[in-house]
Amino acid sequence: MKQTRHASPLTVTGLTVAYQKKPVLRNLTFDVPEGKLIGIIGPNGAGKSTMIKAILGLLPKVSGEVQIYGKPYAEMRKLIGYVPQRESVDWDFPTNALDVVMMGRYGHLGWFKRPGANEREIALDCLNKVGMADYAHRQISQLSGGQQQRVFLARALAQNADLYFMDEPFVGVDAMTEKAIISLLNELKAQGKTVLVVHHDLATVKEYFDWVMLLNVELIANGPTELVFTKSLLHETYGGKLAVFDQEDGATLVGAR
Amino acid sequence: MLLWSWSVLADPNTQWILIGCMLLGLMSGIIGSFAYLRKQSLVGDTLAHAALPGICIAFMLTGVKSLPLFFLGALVAGLLATFSISVITRYSRIKADAAMGIVLSVFFGIGIVLLTQIQHSSYGNQSGLDKFLFGQAASMIQSDVYTMIGVSAVIILACSFLFKEFKLLSFDPGFARGLGFPIGLLEQMLMFFTVIAVVVGIQAVGVVLVAALLITPAVSARYWTDRLGLMVSLSGIFGAISGVIGTLISTTTSNLPTGPLSVLAATTVFVFSVLFAPRRGVCAKVIRRIRTNRTIREEERSRMSERGTRLRKEASL
Repeated sequence: MKQTRHASPLTVTGLTVAYQKKPVLRNLTFDVPEGKLIGIIGPNGAGKSTMIKAILGLLPKVSGEVQIYGKPYAEMRKLIGYVPQRESVDWDFPTNALDVVMMGRYGHLGWFKRPGANEREIALDCLNKVGMADYAHRQISQLSGGQQQRVFLARALAQNADLYFMDEPFVGVDAMTEKAIISLLNELKAQGKTVLVVHHDLATVKEYFDWVMLLNVELIANGPTELVFTKSLLHETYGGKLAVFDQEDGATLVGAR
Repeated sequence: MLLWSWSVLADPNTQWILIGCMLLGLMSGIIGSFAYLRKQSLVGDTLAHAALPGICIAFMLTGVKSLPLFFLGALVAGLLATFSISVITRYSRIKADAAMGIVLSVFFGIGIVLLTQIQHSSYGNQSGLDKFLFGQAASMIQSDVYTMIGVSAVIILACSFLFKEFKLLSFDPGFARGLGFPIGLLEQMLMFFTVIAVVVGIQAVGVVLVAALLITPAVSARYWTDRLGLMVSLSGIFGAISGVIGTLISTTTSNLPTGPLSVLAATTVFVFSVLFAPRRGVCAKVIRRIRTNRTIREEERSRMSERGTRLRKEASL
């Protein structure tokens, strides 16, 4: 693992999140290595999206601390890119693809300043990277699901971040878009960027990710795919509570890391 | 008739009302676009109904009829109403629309009770307060219009300086928060502007109808364009035109109220937009469907005939 900065891109300490009275994330403590594609895996309701949102400060935390490259989250905001779930916005909003991608630059622009030629150029370039340059001026409701996902991805690229969070980018896209997205993620990885992806399809985990986090309210495991993506740990994540047997397994994994 | 209407307009009082209604339409149209896009069309209605008890309490406490005081009362009541809605939706299984229905009617009920109370009491200057129910544009005076000029200037300036921020907030608040924009503050600002527009509008249009001026121009404008900037401007223009038309009709025809006429004018613009807007309008859609159906049929026919000739050729071989 090549460490260009001494601190990990993301360090989470004692993160607990609760809806009403029930904790949906319990005492998560972990850090992730730089320059990896990281899959966040777990059953429905395991708190995968919740974890991302809590880290990004979109949801209130009960307790816990988030550090980005060793500094508090608020200071490092510009280094973070975010791709929300596609259904989280109304695609009938009066705007076009290029405009949505330009929103990725708003954080860099700061208050009051309007996006100009420079932002336009960056946005067009990002659209080009996701193969959507021809659709720049298309009203966003006229894009297919896969195209909308690509626009969101281009917007995240426009943020020019070092650490990316993606909430289920592969849901409801066709095989071609999935391939395009994964090759783009690999490109980001090659540039030394770190990408965390909430993922559902267990069949593609080994192919796509070199680091895996198994999550089910608690953090089950966090490590290289070949060590963590095992039958017993998956059983613990998805199945019944085989606590004694699997905790032992988890302990050896933490040691191995 | 036209000549007569111009002579009516020469009356300075009418001019003030005309400007007032125009500005009211303008600012409600602009602020309403954002409320509509944020799926908060009913919030305007809730705020308007909640404003009534606020205004009544402000009057009961001070005993004077003044726009700034009424505004304060309406603001507090409006904030209380929106706060109640968010509490209800967060801590019960009641959904937002039902919560709005409950809060709106409770506040309006309290408002009516207070209004009746005031009417039967001995404040002396309470007459005219009941005009807030259905509005009375004719009661607008010069100083009211000056207030409206100031308020609309603030709203227009804020919406042009913070256009980028309001756009992001309306489209993807989660992403905006991730970028570090203070979403709560921006939301409160939009809320605040909505309350201002509502309170100013109540005098002219009344509690019941003021929400129509917020939403109808915005919905109409959405039909004409796919660009937010244009939509917000169009919405403001539609609102202003509605206000002007409402005032003109009510001054030239006796005994018709200005506010409701403005709302009807806005509705006419809306119906026209639904029917005749390019691309999104009903007519455009029907024409497009007929055209595509025709081209598809023609293509099918030519393909069939092609296949027919090919089959015949093959048969003859």
